[in-house]
Amino acid sequence: MDWLKFFRGEPKSTASVAKERLKVVVAHQREGRANGPVYLPKLREELLDVVRRYVQVPDSAVQINVQREAGLEVLEMNITLPDAH
Amino acid sequence: MAKIVVVTSGKGGVGKTTTSASFSTGLAQRGLKTVVIDFDVGLRNLDLIMGCERRVVFDFVNVIHGEANLRQALIKDKNFENLFVLAASQTRDKDALTEEGVGRVLEELARDFDYIVCDSPAGIERGAHLAMYFADEALVVTNPEVSSVRDSDRVLGLLSSKTRRVEKGEGRVKEHLVLTRYNPVRVQKGEMLSVDDVREILAIPLLGVIPESPAVLTSSNAGSPVIVNKEADAGRAYDDLVARFLGEPREHRFISAEKKGLLGRLFGG
Repeated sequence: MDWLKFFRGEPKSTASVAKERLKVVVAHQREGRANGPVYLPKLREELLDVVRRYVQVPDSAVQINVQREAGLEVLEMNITLPDAH
Repeated sequence: MAKIVVVTSGKGGVGKTTTSASFSTGLAQRGLKTVVIDFDVGLRNLDLIMGCERRVVFDFVNVIHGEANLRQALIKDKNFENLFVLAASQTRDKDALTEEGVGRVLEELARDFDYIVCDSPAGIERGAHLAMYFADEALVVTNPEVSSVRDSDRVLGLLSSKTRRVEKGEGRVKEHLVLTRYNPVRVQKGEMLSVDDVREILAIPLLGVIPESPAVLTSSNAGSPVIVNKEADAGRAYDDLVARFLGEPREHRFISAEKKGLLGRLFGG
């Protein structure tokens, strides 16, 4: 009977346990997300433009990564130049 | 120019194909020329849900490889003249889909259609990646259940980084939450995450809530998208969802349990 639960002091509902667990999992998951700042894609495009003024490189030549390590954010850029002949 | 919408979730069995079938049918019912593409190469199923499995001659991979043209591979729906299906291939070759090939086919379809709906496979492998890569908007299908919500969050991470729009700096993919298999009675009892719980965790706008409904199975038995069944709660919920997607305001229905009388509340379990 439902009204008895009130007196018995039932434990937390499983739905609220699920919500608490998910909050922790999702917060952890989002920490690792290396989306970086919103300007990143544009920065990449402009870098490509500048590089291409001097040397022809494919779209994949410019790699940008954001890494978070111990509270420190590192912006890493890799530009691969074509083989010199 | 067509709008490309991916139906995705990460987790399997949450209702991606059911949603793709009903969403595309709903768009076509409103006079919008729509094509729905099955990206689940190797495990073709959309054709069954759409009821056109016996009319698949050529598929998506055939078109990508140039073995058939789009006109040959597009299957016209029997009931809605604006609706077309592009079936997945049954090949076991994992590399059958290529970014260049998918892009080329979508570009060709975009000239002719208003909407391109991409039914993503489960997981976050190649098929799922390519289904979302070209998207303008995404329907993230989620069940009110821990593993599904976590996987949806993973997929949101991918949508915000591994898509063409983001890579080209053209903005982000617009995300919509579609909560399926919702059971308001169990939510009321504290046995199931509520709409608000899921919204709070995933933090994306809610497009629709589809109640758990026997009509989903009977519709798939018959090969007719559940949205066609206007008697069923799930069918009406999908109709609301499509209307909302197109900007028509509609209140959310089927999200609260029917009220019980006093006796029911005292003695009901």
